[in-house]
Amino acid sequence: MAVLDILKYPDEALKQLSEPVVQFDDELHSFLVNLEETMRAGPGGVGIAAPQVGYFKRIAIVDVSSKPKIKHNGCMILINPEIKTWDGMKVGREGCMSVPDYTGNVIRAEKITLQAYNARGEQQDYECTGYEARAVQHELDHLDGLLFLDRLVSRRTDLFKRKTYQKK
Amino acid sequence: MSKWKMLTLVGCDQPGIVARITSALYETGAQLGEASMMRLGGNFTIMLMVKSEHTIEQLNQSIEPVVQDMGLASSFQTIEASLHQHEIPDSIITVYGADRPGIVAKATTSLLEAGYNITDLDSDVAGSEAEPIYIMQIEGIAAQGMEALEQAIEQIKSEGVNVDMTPIDVMIG
Repeated sequence: MAVLDILKYPDEALKQLSEPVVQFDDELHSFLVNLEETMRAGPGGVGIAAPQVGYFKRIAIVDVSSKPKIKHNGCMILINPEIKTWDGMKVGREGCMSVPDYTGNVIRAEKITLQAYNARGEQQDYECTGYEARAVQHELDHLDGLLFLDRLVSRRTDLFKRKTYQKK
Repeated sequence: MSKWKMLTLVGCDQPGIVARITSALYETGAQLGEASMMRLGGNFTIMLMVKSEHTIEQLNQSIEPVVQDMGLASSFQTIEASLHQHEIPDSIITVYGADRPGIVAKATTSLLEAGYNITDLDSDVAGSEAEPIYIMQIEGIAAQGMEALEQAIEQIKSEGVNVDMTPIDVMIG
């Protein structure tokens, strides 16, 4: 087990597209252990995506169960994840281990459904809302080379909701 | 002594203020830090951190041609400052109501008494001239906790304005 180094912007590698996982093997399993440990070592520690540690595969981990009083799916290992539906939108504050010392407002869907493979290569369906849905969308953006900086909205947007959330 | 200065600048809004002022500063070798710039009541306002080896007099000279040409008012002040010191606010408070004297004073005094530290405040007067409404968004840190803040909010509500508080739960991923 090891805590991996986090790539930090302006490292351009964070802007690249990650490739789907093909092999669900021991190498993947040991990477997942390290990725989860790295997530838990970080501030907040509710989510991480593989490209944040320089591994450009479509893998993310989200676990918001440490937050009080919210709905969650426990620790989600998301391999080749795909969001199927989006519903509602909400402004919320985000930060990122790859962008230290900055937080900003981002609009995310309030409720999403997604499909992903788990560590054993089994397809899973999830429904996420609120904070957990936000964390999933933030992490999945990393797999497409997007940072929350790419989705910043004005502070005033909280009051005047003019923008719409769009599927890329 | 700190090398950071705060430039405060205001003038009738027109295209080119930011480009010309920052170009003049760039040409003197100054480094820019955090800034807040916005249009207020037809004026364009700048609060800008400027790091420079130059004296305030030299900095004033560097932007003087632009200030004169565009009819701006500006001043530099030496400040104790550093970057990478962001405080993450834990709450956002929206206050709005029919505009009348005292909304800001009363609301912020109640917040102060609850130990609230304002990190950011935006306000606007909207509606019509005949029936203006005042809208204010405050971000800050409830240093004495959310319960004290909620009590302060009840107090502000009793002044007859609408107040809404949302905790900011920063998602760091």
